[in-house]
Amino acid sequence: MRILNLVETAYRGTLEEQDDTVLWLSRALKGAGADLTVVLRGNAVNYAVRQACPPLAIGSAIIKHPARPNDDLTQLLAKGAKVYVIREDLAERGIGEDRCVAEAQPLARAEVVDLMESHDQVWHW
Amino acid sequence: MTASQYVFIESRDPFESPDTGFVADTAEALAARGRSVTVFLVQNGVLATRSGAARGAHLGRLAGAGVTVFADDFSLRERGIEAGELWAGVRPASIETLVDLIVRPDAKTVWH
Amino acid sequence: MADRTLTLAIMDAPYEAAASTTAFRIIAAALAKGIDVNVFAYEGAVSLTVKEQAPHANPVKGTSVEQEEHPTTKDLVAALLELGRSEPRLNWVNCGLCVDERGAGSWIDGVKRGGPANFLEMAVASTTTLVIPTK
Repeated sequence: MRILNLVETAYRGTLEEQDDTVLWLSRALKGAGADLTVVLRGNAVNYAVRQACPPLAIGSAIIKHPARPNDDLTQLLAKGAKVYVIREDLAERGIGEDRCVAEAQPLARAEVVDLMESHDQVWHW
Repeated sequence: MTASQYVFIESRDPFESPDTGFVADTAEALAARGRSVTVFLVQNGVLATRSGAARGAHLGRLAGAGVTVFADDFSLRERGIEAGELWAGVRPASIETLVDLIVRPDAKTVWH
Repeated sequence: MADRTLTLAIMDAPYEAAASTTAFRIIAAALAKGIDVNVFAYEGAVSLTVKEQAPHANPVKGTSVEQEEHPTTKDLVAALLELGRSEPRLNWVNCGLCVDERGAGSWIDGVKRGGPANFLEMAVASTTTLVIPTK
């Protein structure tokens, strides 16, 4: 079963330990043997931007290990998942493709339909 | 792979979310490829179904493009939207209809 | 065993999103049609089944608990589990790590602990899978 994960929501669960929860789930599914493709669309295209999320102190409680989306993408690729980022969504957000990590391959919006056709399940997050 | 049937469950409304264009555009593109495509509006997704609603005209266009457009009858009732008010081509449908649409071997269902 | 199976992934915490209402309606309708249903409750959705949920009176409306007659989400899930107790079957799995970090481990009977591998297993074995994301 070929699964297409369309990931749109970003920077939501920032109290979660260490990960964007859908990229984490994607990594877990891949680790469990899923044939998985990930497309970053909408605000999630910002995960392809080179970034280092800052740690956060709330009183004496410190989130020392915030999410590292770039690493999530690297790990997904290392496990054999394909990772795409929607070109037009980057452009609309003023993000040059040169600011993005190499792991996310730019894809035209119109090509998402091709991916939907070539996968058995399409899950939108 | 046999030809797929697509169901888009649109829970967002165009007044709050510009991303409703993703469902409309994708549904239209798939219909243009000859695929069976249904858009099932649910929750606030039905707020655009009143004919004349600003930002709802795309629903009538979708129906004209060969996309089946349903509006969840429960969501319509919750919001006091009557069947006679809907854009041409948008039909009320039950949750049972949605289940019949999505639980098919060749169906791909996307919740937006 | 039913000839069709639907797997759902849900994410919303109790009472926070209309998507939970729709999810419950879909599950109930599928079971009524004799379709087996798997639910993978992820993130906030693991709190839907917390046993300690309790209904309350409504001082704004001036109604008592009894007058409100309002099922909590655990009651609604229990009702779904009752509908799916044999054939068709409802299989409800809470994501264990999500349970741990929310302290949501005290749940009603009929719920199991699992993880992403269980979700994948359920999805692969199903007629179709519906992911209901959160915003």
